[in-house]
Amino acid sequence: MTTEAQPMVRARGLRKEYGSQASLVRAVDGVDLEVSPGETLAVMGPSGCGKSTLLHMLGGLDRPSAGELWLAGRRIDHMSERGMAGLRRDTVGFVFQAFHLMDELTAAENVELPVLLAGRSPRAARRRAMELLDRVGLADRARHLPSQLSGGQRQRVAIARALANRPQVVLADEPTGNLDSEATLDILRLFESLHEAGQTLVIVTHDSRIAATADRLISMRDGAFIDETRLTGGTSGRLSSLVDLDG
Amino acid sequence: MLALLAKEPSHGYQLRARLRQALGPLGEAMNDGQVYVTLTRLEKAGEVVSERAAGMPDRPDRKTYALTAHGQQRVAEWLAEVSWPKPDLAEFHLKLLAAAAARLADPLAIIDAQRRELLRRLRDAQRAAMAEADGSEAALLLEGVVLRLQADLRWLEACERSWGGRKARAKA
Repeated sequence: MTTEAQPMVRARGLRKEYGSQASLVRAVDGVDLEVSPGETLAVMGPSGCGKSTLLHMLGGLDRPSAGELWLAGRRIDHMSERGMAGLRRDTVGFVFQAFHLMDELTAAENVELPVLLAGRSPRAARRRAMELLDRVGLADRARHLPSQLSGGQRQRVAIARALANRPQVVLADEPTGNLDSEATLDILRLFESLHEAGQTLVIVTHDSRIAATADRLISMRDGAFIDETRLTGGTSGRLSSLVDLDG
Repeated sequence: MLALLAKEPSHGYQLRARLRQALGPLGEAMNDGQVYVTLTRLEKAGEVVSERAAGMPDRPDRKTYALTAHGQQRVAEWLAEVSWPKPDLAEFHLKLLAAAAARLADPLAIIDAQRRELLRRLRDAQRAAMAEADGSEAALLLEGVVLRLQADLRWLEACERSWGGRKARAKA
């Protein structure tokens, strides 16, 4: 990638420690990272490897113990609480494994909420919510409660909510972890359409399907990056070489 | 091919279209020639008979193909078979052992390279699956390819843990 542009995410020597002295756990242990605007990056590793902690720090949900962190050109590792809250609302969109929708609000109301919190009018919020529900293929489910939706549909509502304030980065933590194969495919298609629209995406996952659709894949073990693969381009062979056909 | 003829006699191009639908992008490398070569081979084996429509030139693409009794028996046998492709993992396993024993290469580096290759294949298969319409026949086949590749990737993780552990113990 020929990016003269500044990275959307930049981390230097990022570290997160829990506990102290004898019981010190280094969840993230000296990570350097750059994510270009419009790039889809997947971070893969077993549970407990530190990938969720890393994602939480990138999105301002958690503060690093050490290191430097920039998001959309702003240094955030020492940002004030207030600044962090604004950042989480306007700059970042989160997608979680367990959806985290408000059970008593309809699909549309869930998507409207962050728009209202950003100070927009109820009408503007409603319009934005309908536009996004349409984009995720759920315009006809706008008045449904989360309990009336399938897992895949709930995650699509959660993705619409993540996009509500036109975030510069979407951060997804195991977004297909609770979904069956078909719903996973829907989510992958949706991420692909976001990617095509130029959205920067960082996904942490242990699902190799989602990791394989990213532009770049980083493997993480014990809080550190151990391998990096650029996947764009795929195999040089033809699709038909994936199966044996004869007779 | 025989099984496709079990429903009704067909032209070669109909068989090809049916295969294309069933295999989707995985069948893209298949050409018309292969279909007719196979039909001719089956005809020689007495499993298929061809019939030329009245007034049509004697060309394979003008013929209708049908199963013989022998062909029908073959289809019945094939349906009852339980053969299945065997995972061919021994070669990779031996490669790791040989590399480590002769100190020719780092098994972990071999595993990394292999993982990248499988991830690229998974990417291709996943993208093809994403491009299929809901309920397409080929989507189910692609899902099978995706699941196999995922299983292989999980085995590579197990290889990595095992060889990573040996390396750590060797250092200690």
